[in-house]
Amino acid sequence: MSDDTTTRVPAKTDDSVVKNPYSWPANEHQPPPRTTDLSERAAKRAARQVATMFLLSGVFVALFFVAFTYMSPTDTVEIPYLGEIGGQHVALGLTFGMAVFLIGAGTVHWAKKLMSNVEVVQPRHDFKSTPEDTQGALEVFEEGVEASTWKKHPVIRRTLLFAMALVPLPFIISLRDLWLTPPGVPNPDAMLQYTIWTKGQRLVRDITGEPVRAEEIPVGGLVNCNPEDLEAVEETEGNLNARAKAAIIVIRMEPDEIQSLQIPDGAWNGIIAFSKICTHVGCPISLYQQRTHELLCPCHQSTFDLSDSANVVFGPAGRHMPQLPITVDDEGYLIAQSDFLEPVGPSFWTITGEVGP
Amino acid sequence: MKTLARKRRHPAALVVLLLLGLLVTGGAYAVTNSLTEAKSAEQDQALIDEGRQLFLEGCSSCHGNQGTGTETGPSLIGVGAANVHFQMATGRMPLAGPAVQAPSKTPEYDEQQIAAIASYIASLAPGPAIPSAADLNTSEADAAEGGELFRANCAQCHQASFQGGALNDGRHAPNLTPVSDQLIFEAMLSGPQNMPVFSDSSLPVEDKQAIIAYINELREAPAPGGWALGSFGPVTEGLFFWTVGIAAAIACAVWIGAKVR
Repeated sequence: MSDDTTTRVPAKTDDSVVKNPYSWPANEHQPPPRTTDLSERAAKRAARQVATMFLLSGVFVALFFVAFTYMSPTDTVEIPYLGEIGGQHVALGLTFGMAVFLIGAGTVHWAKKLMSNVEVVQPRHDFKSTPEDTQGALEVFEEGVEASTWKKHPVIRRTLLFAMALVPLPFIISLRDLWLTPPGVPNPDAMLQYTIWTKGQRLVRDITGEPVRAEEIPVGGLVNCNPEDLEAVEETEGNLNARAKAAIIVIRMEPDEIQSLQIPDGAWNGIIAFSKICTHVGCPISLYQQRTHELLCPCHQSTFDLSDSANVVFGPAGRHMPQLPITVDDEGYLIAQSDFLEPVGPSFWTITGEVGP
Repeated sequence: MKTLARKRRHPAALVVLLLLGLLVTGGAYAVTNSLTEAKSAEQDQALIDEGRQLFLEGCSSCHGNQGTGTETGPSLIGVGAANVHFQMATGRMPLAGPAVQAPSKTPEYDEQQIAAIASYIASLAPGPAIPSAADLNTSEADAAEGGELFRANCAQCHQASFQGGALNDGRHAPNLTPVSDQLIFEAMLSGPQNMPVFSDSSLPVEDKQAIIAYINELREAPAPGGWALGSFGPVTEGLFFWTVGIAAAIACAVWIGAKVR
């Protein structure tokens, strides 16, 4: 390589060449000299460029103050191809970004063009300790053991080991409520098995809380519902879990479009209610497509055919969306026949794709 | 005259007078009303006839001569004027060709022709009507509540800032930014294609007005954060960073590592 013939350390002794500034030995192969090494004019020009970048950084800081003081957050700027852009925040970001960037760019330019680029070798010792060091450390340890009387008093040794074996037990005992709870308090496994839906409870619309009459839902319609008792539960317990488990979607299709139902007498004239919580990892889903009767989860594209027991037709979900059995009360409002007949939400433990018809 | 004047204090006089008044106003109303009704019925019939003619020419090959549907097109009995107006005013109908989803395009019929076909279809069987000016008046609507309703009922497909989104099998929920209030109202009423139906009974008119008010509010909201990138959130922002941001970082790395001359 031609580089080899132009290496300047140690071959070159030209004054314009930067000398090895370190006490370490220079590498055998050195990069070729830069124009800034050979020409004082080029070096001065590079220095001016670096200084210009540092000065421009200051100018952008000043522009940042201008944008902060004289622009309004609602100002917009029309930029071709990009459309309308909020002016102030873009200006703040650009000016501050440029101020920081120019300090970095100036420093890089300085390092590349002017700072010494002599490559040196930093000598290092082996990672492994010397045999003498190892021997010395072992001797210190043995002396410590002797001085502690650890060997002289076995009763101390054994009782200490006994005490240290017991110390972790409180941590294990405090996990008890994972499977044992006081009387009347459901354990976590039991809490996964039910929701606050009860027999005769009305279905009320999400947001407005209005109860739903059967005839109010058109064929092809979709209504997002909660149990009527949800508000009370939230007030007394501040419990979002109840809502997270009990949310349902209510849809209506022509009765002859229903191919199968998980609970054959749990629908009312083509009105069917399903849990809104995906059985994969629990995203709330209501992307119901009324022609194909497909319910699509936007998180991982699990797709359920609501006309066919809400069975999985695509995606990672392991089992169908649970159906909530419904009927109408004396006044024509939709009510639940009971709670869900199986756990809602992500499958767990033994709740797998084998559950359900 | 004197007898009449004398009898005006008779207990029955008030009753007679009331009856007389009711008869006169009622009779007059019936006469004038039946005149205007007859006139508007005549106009309606003319519109329906015009619509029927247009339907036979342009729509019946798929939807059948009586609108009862064929193998290639669904029955239009009971779909209502709102549905017809939505499908035709957005250019989705007449369909250009078989597709997973009818695309919106420049309408092939003008508003007058669409109104005629809509009234013909509405005359076949009752269905949701084209929303009135009062239905579309959102001046009293609560945009904040509309936002909650939108997020509960619409955002799952159309995205929280209604930029639209992908569904399965190549279908998509359209961007609502360029869609007029009337068309949004009609889409909710009729549930075009795979969109669920949000009839006035399942989603009351006030709730629809609130949703439209929310859409209008957000449509006009400035983007103080700078470039909204289509308001798609992390998708476009991430794409922008991965392409522009990482390209800039790589360019800097190449510059820092480049051989100096």
